[in-house]
Amino acid sequence: MSKLHTPLTAWHTAHGAKMAPFAGWLMPIQYEGILAEHLHTRAQAGLFDICHMGEFRIEGPGAHTALARAISHNLQTLAAGKCRYGFLLNEQGGVLDDCIVYRFDADAFMLVVNAACAVGDFAVLRSRLPQEVRLSDISQATGKVDLQGPKSLDVLENVLGQNFHDLGYFGFREASWQGEELLVSRTGYTGELGYELYINAEKTEAFWEALLSDARVKPVGLGARDTLRLEAGLPLYGNDLDAQHTPSEAGMGRMLTSTVDYVGRAGATRMDEMLIPLRIEGRRAARHGDVVALADGTVAGRVTSGSFAPSLGCVIALAWVSAAHAQEIAFTVRTARAELQAQRCTLPFYTQGTARKKL
Amino acid sequence: MSVNPADLLYSKTHEWVRIEDGEGVVGITAFAQESLGDITYVELPSVGDTLEAEKEFGSVESVKAASDLISPVSGEVVAVNESLENAPEVCNSDPYGQGWLVRVRLTGKAENLMDAAAYEAHCATER
Repeated sequence: MSKLHTPLTAWHTAHGAKMAPFAGWLMPIQYEGILAEHLHTRAQAGLFDICHMGEFRIEGPGAHTALARAISHNLQTLAAGKCRYGFLLNEQGGVLDDCIVYRFDADAFMLVVNAACAVGDFAVLRSRLPQEVRLSDISQATGKVDLQGPKSLDVLENVLGQNFHDLGYFGFREASWQGEELLVSRTGYTGELGYELYINAEKTEAFWEALLSDARVKPVGLGARDTLRLEAGLPLYGNDLDAQHTPSEAGMGRMLTSTVDYVGRAGATRMDEMLIPLRIEGRRAARHGDVVALADGTVAGRVTSGSFAPSLGCVIALAWVSAAHAQEIAFTVRTARAELQAQRCTLPFYTQGTARKKL
Repeated sequence: MSVNPADLLYSKTHEWVRIEDGEGVVGITAFAQESLGDITYVELPSVGDTLEAEKEFGSVESVKAASDLISPVSGEVVAVNESLENAPEVCNSDPYGQGWLVRVRLTGKAENLMDAAAYEAHCATER
């Protein structure tokens, strides 16, 4: 099957990006290099093509009540103009997807989902929502670019000619660029101050170029997106989260504040395994699938994500380990080439991020 | 335009060797570093170790991948590039110079290696 193209695929190819398939899409992995792009995002601002992700609108009378039963997010405490992270769960409390829900109005929402899960999520949601609640997949018509990094606010204000200092973390609002409506959301996947920007797919390339015309902005591929999000301690669905594991096992139990009887609620606090952060001295990386063992050799689990951390100068990893061993401090990671000494640590790995900065 | 120096010999697995006075300096090629992306770790043998042609002698890791190093020649390691321990990115920026890996005292004839032109033809088939 040929890979799907975003509105920016031609731009990436023309600008020398290394392209690779991701979740069925042909996506840019890197432009000048993962390390340079990573460090530039932490220091200035990186721009990411995230058009592959899915966006659904959920609206109509009863949308609030029905959606609150379909997903784990607490919608009762979610004000209009705010968004929130949470989960679409299966009946057993396993994570079908992690997603952000945006509230526009009492009964009007947008859900932003992972590209690889979008088709399945849509079917699950449709089956959970009554017919009078409209569910529409607006992914095709919606372009999404993420502007992330400490300079992102300055850049955004320059390009849009509007003030965004008052937009708080996980807040969003409508704005316009050259007469085109767009959605500015102060969220992201890097641990830095940043914005997820939703705009008409047909205007995405022009908007992308307008943002890049600021010398502080560089395009950043999925390679650095992965190292940035891992340093920030943010899980990647399909690697660190899956349908076999619950939000509580992933360390997200504190987010389960909804008092509504949503699908999967009873099972969501099950804890057979725990997702733990590991720090490994040196430069030799642990990788997805490597076995995690205790000091005495007992197998305790496996690595879900692992990489050299460019902003930390050591190797970091996330791993599923059995709950019985999750409080241990010292682990061994068995890679294809070596045994690495790992220490359990705390999240986020990278603590200097500007994401929550008061403006 | 060729980035591959004419005075080197090249292996199919993208290592190079510069042979002078019975010794060989070994590194990875521009094609190899380009394919790997940003190099974050290089595992090298120790001085005194014996390398065997077409056998693994270490490994190189990038942010996204890990790969064995295959020796283009046989011999005894007389020097390793210790600066790579803390600055492996030099293999990206200067693969034929500062990014060299090991120097070996050759114990056999170099075999199954290509000159720059043949190596470039080989790379073309892998692109």
